[in-house]
Amino acid sequence: MLLSMQDISKAFSGVSALRSASLEIAAGEVMALVGQNGAGKSTLIKILTGAYQRDSGTILFEDEDVAFATPGASQAKGIATIYQEINLAPQRSVAENIYLSREPKTALGLLDRRAMRAGAAAVLKTFNLDIDVDMPVGHFSAATRQMIAIARAVTQKARLVIMDEPTSSLDEREVDILFQTIRTLKRNGVAVLFIGHRLDELYEICDRVTIMRDGQTVAHSAMADMPKMELVRHMLGKELAAFQAIARDTGDDEAKPVRLAVEGAGSGVRVRDVSVTVREGEISGLAGLLGSGRTETARIIFGVDKLEKGSIRIDGKERRYGEPADAIADGIGLVSEDRKIDGIIPDMSIRENMTLALLPKLKKAGIVDRARQQEIVTRYIKALGVKCASPDQPIKELSGGNQQKVLLARWLCTDPRILIIDEPTRGIDIGAKAEILKLLRNLADEGLSVLMISSELEELLAAADRVTVLSDGRSVAVLKRNELSETALLSAMAHQVN
Amino acid sequence: MLKTLSRPFIPKSSGDFARLGVLLALAGLILFGALRYDNFISPFNILSFLRYNSMFALIALGMAFVIITGGIDLSVGGVAAMASVVAAYLSPYGWFPGLAGGMIAGLIAGSINGLIITRMRIQPFIATLAMMLAAYGTALLLANNQSVSVSYDTGFTTIGQDDFLGFPIPGWIAALAYVLGWIFLERHPAGRHVLAIGDGEATANLMGLKVEKTLFGVYALSGLLAGLAGVILASQFGAGQPTEGVGWELFAIASVVVGGTLLTGGSGSVGATLAGALLLAMVFNILNFENGLGWISLSAYWQSVIRGAFLLVVVVLQARLMKKTEA
Amino acid sequence: MTTIDTSAPGERAARLNMAQFLSRYGTFAAFILLLLFNLIVTPNFLSWQTLNVNLTQVATIVIVAVGMTLVIATGGIDLSVGSLMAIAGTAAPMIFMGKLLPIENMGILIILSFILPVLLVMAFGWFNGMLVTRFSIQPIIATLVLFIAGRGIAQVATNGNLQVFKNPEFQFIAMGRIAGIPAQVIIMIIVAVLAHCLIRYTVIGRQIIAVGGNEKAARLTGIPVRRVKTFVYIVSGALAGIAGLIVVARNSASDANLVGLGMELDAIAAVAVGGSLLSGGRANIIGTVLGAFVIQLVRYTLLANGVPDAAALIVKAGLIIIAVFIQQRAKG
Ligand SMILES: Nc1ncnc2c1ncn2[C@@H]1O[C@H](COP(=O)(O)OP(=O)(O)OP(=O)(O)O)[C@@H](O)[C@H]1O
Ligand SMILES: [Mg+2]
Repeated sequence: MLLSMQDISKAFSGVSALRSASLEIAAGEVMALVGQNGAGKSTLIKILTGAYQRDSGTILFEDEDVAFATPGASQAKGIATIYQEINLAPQRSVAENIYLSREPKTALGLLDRRAMRAGAAAVLKTFNLDIDVDMPVGHFSAATRQMIAIARAVTQKARLVIMDEPTSSLDEREVDILFQTIRTLKRNGVAVLFIGHRLDELYEICDRVTIMRDGQTVAHSAMADMPKMELVRHMLGKELAAFQAIARDTGDDEAKPVRLAVEGAGSGVRVRDVSVTVREGEISGLAGLLGSGRTETARIIFGVDKLEKGSIRIDGKERRYGEPADAIADGIGLVSEDRKIDGIIPDMSIRENMTLALLPKLKKAGIVDRARQQEIVTRYIKALGVKCASPDQPIKELSGGNQQKVLLARWLCTDPRILIIDEPTRGIDIGAKAEILKLLRNLADEGLSVLMISSELEELLAAADRVTVLSDGRSVAVLKRNELSETALLSAMAHQVN
Repeated sequence: MLKTLSRPFIPKSSGDFARLGVLLALAGLILFGALRYDNFISPFNILSFLRYNSMFALIALGMAFVIITGGIDLSVGGVAAMASVVAAYLSPYGWFPGLAGGMIAGLIAGSINGLIITRMRIQPFIATLAMMLAAYGTALLLANNQSVSVSYDTGFTTIGQDDFLGFPIPGWIAALAYVLGWIFLERHPAGRHVLAIGDGEATANLMGLKVEKTLFGVYALSGLLAGLAGVILASQFGAGQPTEGVGWELFAIASVVVGGTLLTGGSGSVGATLAGALLLAMVFNILNFENGLGWISLSAYWQSVIRGAFLLVVVVLQARLMKKTEA
Repeated sequence: MTTIDTSAPGERAARLNMAQFLSRYGTFAAFILLLLFNLIVTPNFLSWQTLNVNLTQVATIVIVAVGMTLVIATGGIDLSVGSLMAIAGTAAPMIFMGKLLPIENMGILIILSFILPVLLVMAFGWFNGMLVTRFSIQPIIATLVLFIAGRGIAQVATNGNLQVFKNPEFQFIAMGRIAGIPAQVIIMIIVAVLAHCLIRYTVIGRQIIAVGGNEKAARLTGIPVRRVKTFVYIVSGALAGIAGLIVVARNSASDANLVGLGMELDAIAAVAVGGSLLSGGRANIIGTVLGAFVIQLVRYTLLANGVPDAAALIVKAGLIIIAVFIQQRAKG
């Protein structure tokens, strides 16, 4: 065994997150680690890498008893990690980020910048990324940053590469590229620990699987010996309610009034000419490859970035928002793509994070109505199944998926007319995912207009009534429900990309 | 190939433009002075300007490194005062004991800052605020609340007062420090780590950088440079001055910021810090000349109003420049 | 910031309880320790006289530190408070001594001498806020402008001269008593209670914390970030102005060179000792009040026991570190 973790336990201020969990990985093996949001996956790997310290248990790496004091120590021993919340230094260049802490040096002990640049460009090329390696990482989208983080990890000549939800912001093409990379690693005898919520991906790339539930590891098995339904049952501890297609085949679409109409919108270099419409009571999808301008379009509609050309109409009236506050006043909500940067207020409680956008409506003479706030928070924690110790827990202590649920609730509780969701189920486990999509559908039936940005074709196919496809900052196709299929989407997305 | 990913139109950093701004402002001030005052660009004024302001430049350099990590060092003025007293006491034993003693005193103070910040995890603002008090206290205790004359027989005063190859020695020292500082920050891996840590400590830690060691080093360096500035102070004015240095930290912080460095850390430039320090010092120089003209006599009170107003103009202009490039 | 904990499990659990205790009562514990120390060491510590001196002196620190807490909660800092105190403290006597306004009626002059200086420094606070929000200038530098120029303005206005006066009506805010309690102590209590309620219960209070916690995210939830930030600088200015009035009223004299000198450091230290992070996103008003008391008591202890100034500085430095350490230990 390359790695053997036994009986690992860990509690955070008295609340246990791991209860004698175990994990074994052999060299050259791709191990899947699955479990519901908050099951303890990220905690388990952070204990392995030295970001957290275990309360008890043993870890053998290459048959040696190890207890890494810092992530640096595990990295030096040959464990490369891509953490769930992408960890790169945003103001440093791409090349520096790839080599940080193990820079190539010249004879004088100074940086060999030429080697760094060339090396970085070369690795990124294998990922089909042709970017300026001197640009600060912060200039790039979440997906590109994810690829850079992956590139950093695979160039570390590690014995074990850990990937915590590496595909959550990638589209299908990038996932393919990533999988090729994983196969190469495997051929070279490198082990990969792969955490993910998309089961199809896991079955495609992983050899074995470890399943976690409530801080325990409840099953280990070869991937091939574990049917999907069985895996889900282990994960949830119960049968999964049948995953039904929840989009409707609505022939009467055109009859409904248009609620949001974006026409010829442009801003900066990312959005050149985008037109999208969302009707009342409709889930409208926005698809496109990484960098096609989806997130930026959402930001323009919401008044975060300036609309430079084109128009935005809400219920037929032209609107131009200078600040998100104006858009919110018009009943628009935006669940943003990057929850760490644009979403959570880390030190504030779940209760406050959830009601932040609602606050102005929650006041009596400037004072927060605590009783109503509490009532709303309790309701949504229950409705979305947020796993937390108490509503007063700081949100940063929640697992990634549970943070996402709180952010979704933040907007749902404002009772919006238009909800823009950038990657609605990013990091959300399969059980909760179906429920969130169903919830969106129910809200749409009650009249909510949803603009759903997603990299997951499956999700678009399941939930969207129509899909607008962006490419290179332009809207290139609108697919109605009856025209929607995986191939149709893919070919529209590939448009104009040589 | 995903072509859309490369964005060649966007400038690499808005800091570049701020740096350009500070250079332009500096050039403008020099031009203004040269046209308005007779002896402004005389060798005498230039050399004494450099001689006097080298110690501020040294302190600003240390401050730049601290600020790049996202920290701050309020203790530099007090540490310089303390080092000047130590150096003055040691000056009778030779110029080297004086120099080394002052620098070691600064290094110790800086190291204590570093330990308090990394080991006790106390915020830099508070840790160095306390060190500022403690350093002044130590300086006053050592000096018995008086200034301490240095020895004129051992060559100690050479450090601050003499020239080498026609250029003031303090100027040489500062120039050397800036060249080394530039090489370190731009070309040495550890210098890049300083920048990365300023970008986010938690992230830097997860990326395997030695966060605590680097932070410690940065505060120790700042202390060392403040100590060196104290040595120059004692040597230049012939006395260790336990009450000197008040407000130096703000001058240094302002120099760094005028040079386009964000106090939130993660970016910064050694060269622009030098330009920032020179720019702020130049304002004093010009105010002196203005008084010398004798047309209007600027009281010290008016001078502080003007200095404040000038700082305002510079930072507003610079903020504009940075904003433009971001848009 | 992630703290890396490398200690053994058992030891950790033991420390956890200790930490929980200290987190709640850290500053308070420091305060009690100082009191005990004084009771044993300082002669005549237990007297009305001592209580009076300490309460009246701590009042201005508390008032300014409360404003500073709000600013720091948004992730900013206000270095200009001392200079703003000087401006308000210079303007008030000029008004009631009739130097500024051609009004004869003393009653009106007195009232104006309370209102106008505070309005004036609120305008300066607004100026700070504009620099921070509209021009995106970093707070420490934005407020450094008035730190340098503000005192200069007060000095220019008086030519650096001392203004001596005797005016019981105006000086009521420092000398007066209501039900035996000094007026400035009452002002201090009102300010602290209002600020505490503002932070805890009002919408703007929570928005202040959100802005300090993650500004980008706060903007995306519709919080008017600029307005919130400008608001805290105005409040900080107003409170500094009130403190400036109290100081000159207490001294029966206004010296533009000295009013509020070094106050920014005392106020920031009080905030830090009180447990609010300087990086923003947290505001603990009760902590700040206790922090101010600790700082005042440290100063008094050293003075009353005749510790020489130089040594007092070192002791004060050590005590600040210890007090903050006790606080932080709790949160790590
Ligand atoms: N720093 C922390 N402090 C307190 N509790 C924590 C902390 N980190 C994690 N937890 C708790 O530990 C549990 C496991 O979290 P973890 O992040 O490991 O889940 P996960 O399996 O990675 O979930 P997800 O799929 O949502 O990412 C959760 O209940 C979480 O709230
Ligand atoms: Mg996780």
